[in-house]
Amino acid sequence: MSDKLMPKDFATSQEVRWCPGCGDYAILKSVQKALADGGADPANTAFVSGIGCASRFPYYVETYGFHTIHGRAPAIATGLKLANPELDVWVVTGDGDSLSIGGNHLMHALRRNVGLKILLFNNEIYGLTKGQYSPTSRVGTRSPSSPAGSVDTPVSPGQVAMGCGAHFFARGVDTDKVGMSHVLQQAHAFVGTSFVEIFQNCIVYNEDVFADFTERKTAADTQLHLKHGEPMLFGKHNDKGIRFNQNSWSLEVVDATTSPDEVLVHDEGNAVVARMLIDLHMPVAMGVIYRQQAVSFEDAFYAHHPSRMKRKKSVRDLIKGPSSWTVD
Amino acid sequence: MNRNNNLESIVIRIAGDSGDGIQLMGSQFAVSTALAGADFATFPDYPAEIRAPVGTTFGVSAYQINLGGGPITTAGDAPDVLVAFNPAALRVSLPLLDKGALVIVNNNTFTARNLAKAGYVNDPREDGTLNDYQVVAADISHLNLESVKEYGLSKSEGGRCKNFYALGMLLWMFDRQLPSVEAWINRRLAGTPTMRDANIKALHAGHAFADTTELSANLSQIRLPTADMEPGDYRSITGAEALALGLAAAGELADRSIMFCSYPITPASPLLHRLTHLAELGVGTFQAEDEIAAICAAIGASYGGMIGVTSSSGPGIALKTEAMGLAISAELPLVIVNWQRGGPSTGLPTKTEQSDLYQAVYGRNGDTPIPVLSASTSGECFEMAIEATRIALRHMTPVILLADGYLSNAAEPWRIPDLSDFAPIATNPVPESDESPQRRAFTRDAKSLGRAWVTPGMPGLMHRIGGLEKDINSGHISYDPANHQRMTDLRAAKVDAVAEFIGEQLIEQGPDSGDLVVVGWGSTYGPIYQATRRTGVSFIHLRHLNPLPRNLGELLARFDTVLVPEMNGGQLTTLLRANLRVEPVSFTKVTGQPFLIRELVEKIETLRGEAA
Repeated sequence: MSDKLMPKDFATSQEVRWCPGCGDYAILKSVQKALADGGADPANTAFVSGIGCASRFPYYVETYGFHTIHGRAPAIATGLKLANPELDVWVVTGDGDSLSIGGNHLMHALRRNVGLKILLFNNEIYGLTKGQYSPTSRVGTRSPSSPAGSVDTPVSPGQVAMGCGAHFFARGVDTDKVGMSHVLQQAHAFVGTSFVEIFQNCIVYNEDVFADFTERKTAADTQLHLKHGEPMLFGKHNDKGIRFNQNSWSLEVVDATTSPDEVLVHDEGNAVVARMLIDLHMPVAMGVIYRQQAVSFEDAFYAHHPSRMKRKKSVRDLIKGPSSWTVD
Repeated sequence: MNRNNNLESIVIRIAGDSGDGIQLMGSQFAVSTALAGADFATFPDYPAEIRAPVGTTFGVSAYQINLGGGPITTAGDAPDVLVAFNPAALRVSLPLLDKGALVIVNNNTFTARNLAKAGYVNDPREDGTLNDYQVVAADISHLNLESVKEYGLSKSEGGRCKNFYALGMLLWMFDRQLPSVEAWINRRLAGTPTMRDANIKALHAGHAFADTTELSANLSQIRLPTADMEPGDYRSITGAEALALGLAAAGELADRSIMFCSYPITPASPLLHRLTHLAELGVGTFQAEDEIAAICAAIGASYGGMIGVTSSSGPGIALKTEAMGLAISAELPLVIVNWQRGGPSTGLPTKTEQSDLYQAVYGRNGDTPIPVLSASTSGECFEMAIEATRIALRHMTPVILLADGYLSNAAEPWRIPDLSDFAPIATNPVPESDESPQRRAFTRDAKSLGRAWVTPGMPGLMHRIGGLEKDINSGHISYDPANHQRMTDLRAAKVDAVAEFIGEQLIEQGPDSGDLVVVGWGSTYGPIYQATRRTGVSFIHLRHLNPLPRNLGELLARFDTVLVPEMNGGQLTTLLRANLRVEPVSFTKVTGQPFLIRELVEKIETLRGEAA
């Protein structure tokens, strides 16, 4: 393409129909910007989604888009990627869509390492069906289907990913443009399944559920923005760090000014630390938590296919089978 | 044996434990039969358990083959020859035999323990049970072990050769040649030379045993006439093999790759296995994590421009139904193959049935019409796969192709078709216009109502599709009430339009009007063909079940009585009644076994008697 596309070039003519103030608006902007910044070719890009508020996303991105059925987007996207590995395939999903009804497909996309960028909009609630608790809702969540508070233990998207053998897990906050821009860029560039959990605020049914760590004023002290090869520092003045406590086998906050040598340096390839970072609360880990390069499913599929999905022979050549005879 | 070498056809049933290699022995016998120029039909009848407890009646695996001068269209009603590897096999199979049949038993398995397991109080070889049959009792196990002794195999390894020993005996009886079986053993066991050589030795030893021992007095050689078959090249083929080749052929005719996505299930898996051998024909296979993922990946592949195909059996098809609705709504091509088996729920996984017709025609939420086809014979699976793909691409719709467990495994001689006899499969072009890409993607052909197949990667045609109702013109989301009416009508009209392309229903055999016509569909073709041939009544066999051929109503109206035999509770009967206002006589059977010819003949004669 001769002219560089701008974020607005990735907007469609369709009126965006999320609730006013929904976190999805900010995510949409970030994605459109990431596509423009990354030089994405709209004709070679496809967004596939399931069902839920988040899954309306493809209607608003000027690329190819497929709004499918509840939970199945990773399976459909896998077929699409196999049919055309040149495509940039994004999956947009929510916590109910990907971790409840579609849990199985998420699991297998992750372990296969299909070349998909899976964006999980986690708002810990079922929005489109009017506010029932979701698989990521915390215990005690009061909702129309759990008036006395939910009793089930929530699932951790990051731990699910690690358990499934994911090769890329990152996090961002819907309204954090800088953090989201970084994470989306990295996810876009990854070969294989990049799985991004985005903390998304549902203004109607679960407002401020993440406020304790997303509040702008205090974010510097409540979020740990990870960079590969750099010390795990946070706080307004980068004066706090994360160290490993050998007695409790866990991560803890340390005063970085007095014990700088104890602060861990982020190694994206370390799965053990990644699991600890996923569970870390205050600060909450953001950015690329885990990344391990491996062959993608589609590359392996084509490499093992005898003719790389091309027709090398005619049915005429094989139709006779191992033995045939002629009747005159 | 009461039948001599003037036979038209002969039915052989081989029965033993599910671990005895019965299916292998049967299919190899079928191939050598084919090479000898006989017509044949087979019926593999095996238990759901892979290795059921040894010696039990429920663990009996059987392979029945009917061979002769033909036309042979069923595996035969009553076996003329039974090979029983153990007492349980004898007990299960004996009721199927007519008096006078030849029974070959393996003496060495008739131990007290095995007799008890089979439920025999006395030894049936001695208590008169077999008085009405000709019996050849041979020490097959011992003779086999003796023949492979030189290879130093363990007792269990050596024992595994006994199916080839018995096959050698059978091949001698029918004057068949050994080389085709030898060639097969050489190919299959190339990696284990000792087992390869031992099996070949056992095969020859069994052949020599039948030829030279005093048993040859009983085991007279049977020379069957060769079939009077249409000239051409032939091979033996099962439904799974034919359907696999048919899908590959469809891909070639459409110049697209095939992406086959499925999840293992009995009896559908043979198709997956066959397709993995057709990679060089532009066929890819993806084993998905579940049935839903399988159809969804196939839809994704179709969205991406390949021909997406999924396959399963009833329970798996049930799981796929929501995704079928998506493909209908998004107007994407897709081929769904259902190898029907006994239901409901898990039902009878290894037994055949035709009870998913309602499911295929009606089984989805919303008004979601779908074209439904069915294959009648193993060989016909080839052309029906092409037909299903052609409809899917022309009308941009999912298509269901019904086959069944019987067809999946049953082998028959097949005249190898010439691919040039099949017209290329066209895809709907993207219209050149100044309209928006969204509109261009939903521009429909006036006759077929199929839309253009626009796929990601095409420059300048970015658009959105999905399962929400869309505007009939622009393709954008629409909740407009009148539009939903129009779209519902359009989806119905699109499937109705299929009838404009499929040609008229023909009469299989018999007069084109009269007192009685038998209407069938699917794998009941064989027995109905024979029964109507014997009784002289008319026979109509349906390949298109939705929509029905345009002239079918008019055709059926020319007969006083319409008899519909099917292996379900009467589903085609309902379908015909609802669509054509005919009142058929329903004749159903759901025992997991195909119809016997004589059952149908009796029914036809009863109906005629009532009318007279």
